[in-house]
Amino acid sequence: MLTDTDLRGLRVAVTGGTSGLGLALVCQLRTSGADVAFIARTAAAVAAVAGQTGALGIVGDVGRKDDIYPMALQITGNLGGLDVLINNASSLGPVPLAFLADTECEELELALAVNLIGPFRLTKALFGALAASARAGRGALIVNVTSDAAVNAYPRWGAYSASKAALGHLTRVWDEEAKAEGVRFLSIDPGDMDTPLHAAAIPDADPSTLKRPSDSAAEIISAIVARLPVRQSAGAER
Amino acid sequence: MATDQRAPRSARLLAVNASGELAHLPRNELALILRPGDVVVANDAATLPASLPGKHVASDAAIEIRLAGWLSLGDPTRFIAVCFGPGDFRMPTEDRPLPPPLRPGDQLSLGPLSAAIECLLGHPRLCRLRLSGTRPAILAGLATHGRPIQYAHVPEPLALWDVWTKIATEPVAFEPPSAGFSLDWRMLAAWRSRGIHFVTLTHAAGISSTGDPLLDLRLPFDEPYRIPKSTALAISCAKAAGRRIIAIGTSVVRALESAADRDGGVRDGSGTASGRIGEGTDLRVVDAIVTGVHQPGDSHFELLRAFVEDSFLQRIVRDLATHGYRGHEFGDSLLVHRSMNHTSLKRRVTQEVR
Repeated sequence: MLTDTDLRGLRVAVTGGTSGLGLALVCQLRTSGADVAFIARTAAAVAAVAGQTGALGIVGDVGRKDDIYPMALQITGNLGGLDVLINNASSLGPVPLAFLADTECEELELALAVNLIGPFRLTKALFGALAASARAGRGALIVNVTSDAAVNAYPRWGAYSASKAALGHLTRVWDEEAKAEGVRFLSIDPGDMDTPLHAAAIPDADPSTLKRPSDSAAEIISAIVARLPVRQSAGAER
Repeated sequence: MATDQRAPRSARLLAVNASGELAHLPRNELALILRPGDVVVANDAATLPASLPGKHVASDAAIEIRLAGWLSLGDPTRFIAVCFGPGDFRMPTEDRPLPPPLRPGDQLSLGPLSAAIECLLGHPRLCRLRLSGTRPAILAGLATHGRPIQYAHVPEPLALWDVWTKIATEPVAFEPPSAGFSLDWRMLAAWRSRGIHFVTLTHAAGISSTGDPLLDLRLPFDEPYRIPKSTALAISCAKAAGRRIIAIGTSVVRALESAADRDGGVRDGSGTASGRIGEGTDLRVVDAIVTGVHQPGDSHFELLRAFVEDSFLQRIVRDLATHGYRGHEFGDSLLVHRSMNHTSLKRRVTQEVR
């Protein structure tokens, strides 16, 4: 876990912030002093994490079109803009995992809605704020959380894999398009972690063989810091 | 809203240069007709869902609140608001009944939000309003219950994604800074490749009309703005080098002229634009404006009188009508350079020569 990184003044939004990797990110970003907004679907869980961390909790579902702009409004309205967006919320698609030929179309659509279309919509809604941050010299970064399933053909992971592969390529193309604006995109595979999502996918996995979400969160935050301009405590322009 | 209604890719542009020549162009040619060295300034305010349906608690009567002005920019607990009685956006605001009689202290129930009337502001529709709750709770309430201010001329209900420009950042505008609908990221990339600088400011654009003639005379209300250091620097350098400043929208003109300093540049930081810009206003910063097609008499249109003589403006109006340009927030656009023959410019040049 990161303990000595000073992120005061950095404005970060995290989707899927009440469990697993997202929760670890929210906790560590807050510990490092960042201004954090997080999104999750369950109001009670959002209130609990907000109370524990001091982060701003927003109730919403990235898989629902109608939720996207209300989320964006609350993020920029409360943080006064945005420097970093972490699209972390994920859906496995069918649970238990299923062969593609056994996957309902609606289950594939759900995986695409949460893992691909949702990040696209939210990033698009917040792109103006991120570009403004880049123009002000603060830097702007979108982190899309992907998976090794995006590149390896694991049987029964088809819906999840296809959505994460698409997210990975979306990330590469958007990074090429947006770099002239100073907005950068990064996809990160956090590894196989001991999270509720992994437990839902592989219920009999031995947790001791899995990575701790806090270790993956620390790696992601290090990657973010490495890609943003050198921060000055009060020099960044609003 | 359906893309073919807003039709940004088929929008048109009437371009008027400093010599008074008119050209009818596809709007995306804005990417090509500005000069290298020009500085384009846009308003990056996102638009609030400022229309809040609810009830006047004492009378149980339906009411619609339209947030219309900040008392302190970014503090969502207190607003200037315009109030309507029953009806919806399909009814022109001119025909909307008055709200129930409002008194200081009256409570309003606005979905998940509750509010109190602080005072009336000289008109039965206009009040100062206090919303209860914390900043996150109020923003959450606005986000889930509020709707963008609607227009009777747009048949489908507008959603937030219809009223946020592509460059939208903080939600501080009450109606969209609609000239910004002419911008997309491809145009910004084209400008960059041609050496045209793009910068932004954030201006809390207010409501364009209330439907009440007496209230409309009081528009625009005071509008707070914030100019980043990088924007002020780009403008000051350009002015010093004799390069042009192109404002995307009337709100940018208001902010820049309000922030003008004696050296021809602008002050960075926060300020408030007050009063109208129009005939006789001496434009110190802005050389040209991209704006929508507005009706003579409204404040957006009147602002053009600072750029060109009335007689020439009438010719522009005739041309717009003859060629069927679409008006209102989601229509076509007009690029107007400050006329070299305009009285106010001549007056300033004369003063500077003296």
